[in-house]
Amino acid sequence: MALNQYYNEMFVADGEVRPHYAPFAQWLGETPPERIAQDRHAADLLFHRVGITFAVYGEASGTERLIPFDIVPHVIPAERWDVLARGLRQRVTALNRFLHDVYHEREILAAGKVPEDQVLGNSQYRPEMVGIDVPGGVYAHIAGVDLVKNADGEYYVLEDNLRTPSGVSYMLENRKMMMRLFPELFATQHIRPVDHYPDLLLETLREVAPRDVESPVIVLLTPGHFNSAYFEHAFLAQQMGIELVEGQDLFVQDDTVFMRTTQGPQRVDVVYRRIDDDFLDPLAFRPDSMLGVPGLLSAFRAGRVALANAIGTGVADDKSLYPYVPEMIRFYLGEEPILKNVPTYQLRDPKDLAYTLAHLPELVVKETQGSGGYGMLVGPTASKDEIENYRRRIVDAPERFIAQPTLSLSLVPTFCGDSLSPRHIDLRPYVLSGNEVRFVPGGLTRVALREGSLVVNSSQGGGVKDTWVVD
Amino acid sequence: MLSRVASNLYWMSRYVERAENTARVLDVTWRMSLLVKEPRLQDQEWFAPLNITGTLFPFSGRHSLVCAKEVLHFMALDPENPCSIYSCAKQARENARAVRGALTSEMWEVVNSTWLEMQQMDEARMNARGVSAFFDWVKERSHLFRGVTFGTMRRDDAYHFTRLGTHIERADSTARILDVKYHILLPSVKDVGRAVDYYQWSAVLRSVSAFEAYRKVYRDAITPIKLAELLILRDDLPRSLAFCMRQVSETLDIVQNDRSAETQRRAGQILSQLRYGRIADIFASGLHEYLTEYLDAMQELGTHIQGSFFAPTLPR
Repeated sequence: MALNQYYNEMFVADGEVRPHYAPFAQWLGETPPERIAQDRHAADLLFHRVGITFAVYGEASGTERLIPFDIVPHVIPAERWDVLARGLRQRVTALNRFLHDVYHEREILAAGKVPEDQVLGNSQYRPEMVGIDVPGGVYAHIAGVDLVKNADGEYYVLEDNLRTPSGVSYMLENRKMMMRLFPELFATQHIRPVDHYPDLLLETLREVAPRDVESPVIVLLTPGHFNSAYFEHAFLAQQMGIELVEGQDLFVQDDTVFMRTTQGPQRVDVVYRRIDDDFLDPLAFRPDSMLGVPGLLSAFRAGRVALANAIGTGVADDKSLYPYVPEMIRFYLGEEPILKNVPTYQLRDPKDLAYTLAHLPELVVKETQGSGGYGMLVGPTASKDEIENYRRRIVDAPERFIAQPTLSLSLVPTFCGDSLSPRHIDLRPYVLSGNEVRFVPGGLTRVALREGSLVVNSSQGGGVKDTWVVD
Repeated sequence: MLSRVASNLYWMSRYVERAENTARVLDVTWRMSLLVKEPRLQDQEWFAPLNITGTLFPFSGRHSLVCAKEVLHFMALDPENPCSIYSCAKQARENARAVRGALTSEMWEVVNSTWLEMQQMDEARMNARGVSAFFDWVKERSHLFRGVTFGTMRRDDAYHFTRLGTHIERADSTARILDVKYHILLPSVKDVGRAVDYYQWSAVLRSVSAFEAYRKVYRDAITPIKLAELLILRDDLPRSLAFCMRQVSETLDIVQNDRSAETQRRAGQILSQLRYGRIADIFASGLHEYLTEYLDAMQELGTHIQGSFFAPTLPR
């Protein structure tokens, strides 16, 4: 695989450093390798001590791992970010309008812009939400939009995560670590700050409180400390100064949510929940769920508590509806989409299915319901056996899959051992929607540490980098 | 604050305190065993830590003889022993991890890095470092935990429940140390007023950091009755029963709720007996009997704290 078929964020083809990376490249050239090695080691120790670990599913329970942190940042020029930011605002606004629409008037379905059966027949469509008004008409208060840069130097949206996107704590901790280890880098150039993210999130959550009170009671609902993202739940609750609760800490009475405290029950106004819809309320969804709160759906429907994100957002980030997002932007906002969509084959369509089956070694195939990089096929790096096994799964239930051309994710130099090698990255900015849309510049950069790998998920050997938007 | 969180904080600090107290008892036992040469007495020495923590039975289930090396390992490093320093560090960390949001980051770092270092510890390392150096490390981590709690936590309910755990555990532990050591060192009641083996009794004082305090308060040779008075009734000594119970009672008054009246009453009752008790009366009715009654009352107080603050609040 020739490297020049990928976009390298730091170098142009002849090895010259791109202007926005120049200060970092100069620093790298002037800093003794021993100091860098020492500081990389210090970063590992610090992350361990602070306990920034994640649990890995499928391994012995309680296994905690560190997400590898790489000190070479992902640098984005400010003018490039500003365009991205406009695109993110546009896209998430349209997605929230779409969610309101499909649970109310269904205008977009009537107009024939999105196939009705794909929405109403979707397993993520929640009939319980039909006709329910949510505060400010916002459904996805927190969105984590995954972007990649292709060989053409253009950004593409890979997926819109509108359920319970995670990873923002790494964005914050990565920045803290870089500033602690290499303060000189921040003195010589203007890198836009990200540390106020918890403030923005808190502001967003306060805005959606259904009760008009001076200081609404906001809680973060976690599945508990065995969950892979528990560190993040605890971290965010602490940063915002809100209670971190588990299902057993809450109860519902007369459609009102209370938490059990040492002083007796206290009413809750907003639940920032990091539990999937299915586990949220055993009375309404999976009856075997021990994580949720019986009666929560009923309280939510009665408008007595706000949920962030709302129930039923999964219908808008479903991979089978992803191809229609540009159409949603045109329909609701009357604008042309700023961010590009990856061309997508829907295997429910016989023509797309035939094409995909004939081109499996070139394509990426994903389950429409999958996430976390589990259960996907990356054609160009898969073995013959893997492809044939996957082919059988597709033929069994084509409607459960989509296929996309393999994107050439851009590269950033990354420390592998003591030397730098190019590795593939993606970018997840976090978009907050309340009375207005807010975000911090940049997001979480994930890096595939295995040579040639295009899978950046932490559960699959991915690492993280600091993301700099520089003026 | 959340009942579950209050409970985790309370147990987190109980386990930190328990690790420290176990280290103290083991350290003193270890030092004494270097002085005592007679094998029968040595065995008695090594029974003490097991008796104090109530783990003689599980220990004897797995070991035929009580000997220094095995007791040390069992009490310090054995993951199977729920009372070992190792297990306490683990439990403290598990409780802290479940409520990270309620801790300051400094507190979390102390509890977490203690556990990380503890996992690196084995018998070879402990011996290489020196057994006493290991116990000093455990004590220092506990000092650090309390210092960071004191220096970084807002004086809210989280702080109060953390402190409550520390003092309940310590009020329990000092009484157990006293009870067991008296039993070994003073088989005959008529000796209570006499000066006794200096090393033995000063070791008991050192195990609760009260040696210098004894000298300052009494300016006299160490006698068992004065030692007991100091550790039970003296309310300005941070590891005495009276001091710990005053802290417990005051804390309960701060965190009280509409179900906690009985819990507060029980704490107040234990405190009054300490505040107005006389050491001569205690010895007249028997120190062992007195401490047994006290430990039973503490046990019940613990159950009431559980019921008043940590039991899930049921909807009306």
